[in-house]
Amino acid sequence: MTALAAAQPVIPDFGRGSSCVRDNGTFCWDWVRAHWGDTLRPALVQHVALTAVAVAIGFAIAFALALLAHRRGRLTTPVVLVTGLLYTIPSLALFQLLVPFTGLSRTTAEIALVSYTLLILFRNTLAGLAGVPEEVRDAARGMGLTPRQLLWRVELPLALPAIVAGMRIATVTVISLATVAVFVVNEGLGAPIFDGLQQTFKTELIAAGALCVALALAADALLVLVQRALTPWTRVARSR
Amino acid sequence: MNSSNTAQTEGPHAYPRAASLELRHVRKVYPGAARPAIEDLSLTVPAGEVCVLVGPSGCGKTTAMRLVNRMIELTSGEILLDGASVMERRPAELRREIGYVIQQIGLFPHQTIADNVATVPRLLGWDKQRVAARVRELLELVQLPPELAGRYPAQLSGGQRQRVGVARALAADPPLLLMDEPFGAIDPIARARLQDELLQLQARVRKTIVFVTHDIDEAIKLGDRIAILREGGVLAQYAPPDELLASPADAFVAQFVGRDRALKRLALSRVGELALLPADGTLHGATIEPDTSLRDALSLLISDGDRPLAVSNEDGGVAGLVTLDMIRAALHAEPAR
Repeated sequence: MTALAAAQPVIPDFGRGSSCVRDNGTFCWDWVRAHWGDTLRPALVQHVALTAVAVAIGFAIAFALALLAHRRGRLTTPVVLVTGLLYTIPSLALFQLLVPFTGLSRTTAEIALVSYTLLILFRNTLAGLAGVPEEVRDAARGMGLTPRQLLWRVELPLALPAIVAGMRIATVTVISLATVAVFVVNEGLGAPIFDGLQQTFKTELIAAGALCVALALAADALLVLVQRALTPWTRVARSR
Repeated sequence: MNSSNTAQTEGPHAYPRAASLELRHVRKVYPGAARPAIEDLSLTVPAGEVCVLVGPSGCGKTTAMRLVNRMIELTSGEILLDGASVMERRPAELRREIGYVIQQIGLFPHQTIADNVATVPRLLGWDKQRVAARVRELLELVQLPPELAGRYPAQLSGGQRQRVGVARALAADPPLLLMDEPFGAIDPIARARLQDELLQLQARVRKTIVFVTHDIDEAIKLGDRIAILREGGVLAQYAPPDELLASPADAFVAQFVGRDRALKRLALSRVGELALLPADGTLHGATIEPDTSLRDALSLLISDGDRPLAVSNEDGGVAGLVTLDMIRAALHAEPAR
């Protein structure tokens, strides 16, 4: 048996890579499988964390500002101006602007990401609150709801569809922008994308890019489900 | 003025209560307005009565109503609910004791019908069982099928929504009900039915009701007393419908109630209330029911020659006759008070 085996032509050893990787194929599933655990999955998890923190902090700030502006209308214009200005700064420039203050850190990335959520979340929350029909507000006050009860029991529930719509846009925007955060912190799906850009082998770039798109779609779908669960009244069949 | 036992309880979870309402030299000037919306209005509504505020637009009738539950704050004067000033109450607490129905209804779109109706009981901290029992009771009271309880307002018709609005206002059994053109946005047929239902409901619950409308016919139909206001909240006349139609205080009131006020007044009385002529074999025209209005009887009389009308009795016979002269005489009788 040994002699027979030795008589067979020896298969040349080209290392651990598959033929696809060796031939520099456009997209190699083998590479994705081999590097899911050490590259792609950690990057994806970091990306989700970067996004979740940014949207959560952004929402907290924008929500508080919207409640204030809802009570005092003259706050609206300055808030829209400032958040609008933040929104127009190119992301790469904003990251660089922040580095002297907060360094090459996750904080820098988060500050920039948060600043991009503010305008959308503020405007949508305020629009949702303003969209509550006047007669509903009048009836609520007339029945003896205090201003606080009116806000939490009537106005905010009715503003939910607009608020969640804002969350969807903000979340998808941050997922996409968070790839650029790789210029200040080596985290998230931006890392494998950046890595992929610097080599001729494109699988890493394509896989990380596709994950980013898939994450955005999944987050959007999740928020739609959350909204449907929270706002059953928006789906009832109208009898008139 | 306090007659706390005039109201009938409409269910085991309600209290029999109605409150008197008194407006004393009420004045309201909106900031920046050249003239006061209400100059000096005094008005008393006895407990358990329906007072209709009626007048042309801009007469201050809605303002007057909204001053009562402090949706608008008084400039000066006093409003007493069962003898106690509303100004000494915290607005939210006061409003929970006063039913409030508006033309656009203002149901909460995000809450089921049951939750809408339960609004004030929950604000008052009633326990779950009591709230649930009260909601069932109220849906029955306003003649809505119980399966609507779990629906949302968008799934109901306009008439159904308005009934929910009334049920919601009655939920905590308030001694006073404010209604601001509640049937104004409803088509005429459904409106007439809702008016009838309100009268039946009022016969059971005996609340004090302040009802605002610009429709004099609605006022005549629903009001125990009608307050006709003119611009600036000036009270032109405050009287029961019959008196208002029989003797308008001035040209403004006469014009407002309309040239057909004699006919409107006849519509308030039934032929069964007249002292009928004996039917001693006289030739007569059409036969009518005792609950036919004098207005309808008049219409038949003038279209059916000069023959009197026969009024039927319960066993299909003729109770007596009605003539044109009897109706004319009824018009000149002293107004019922």
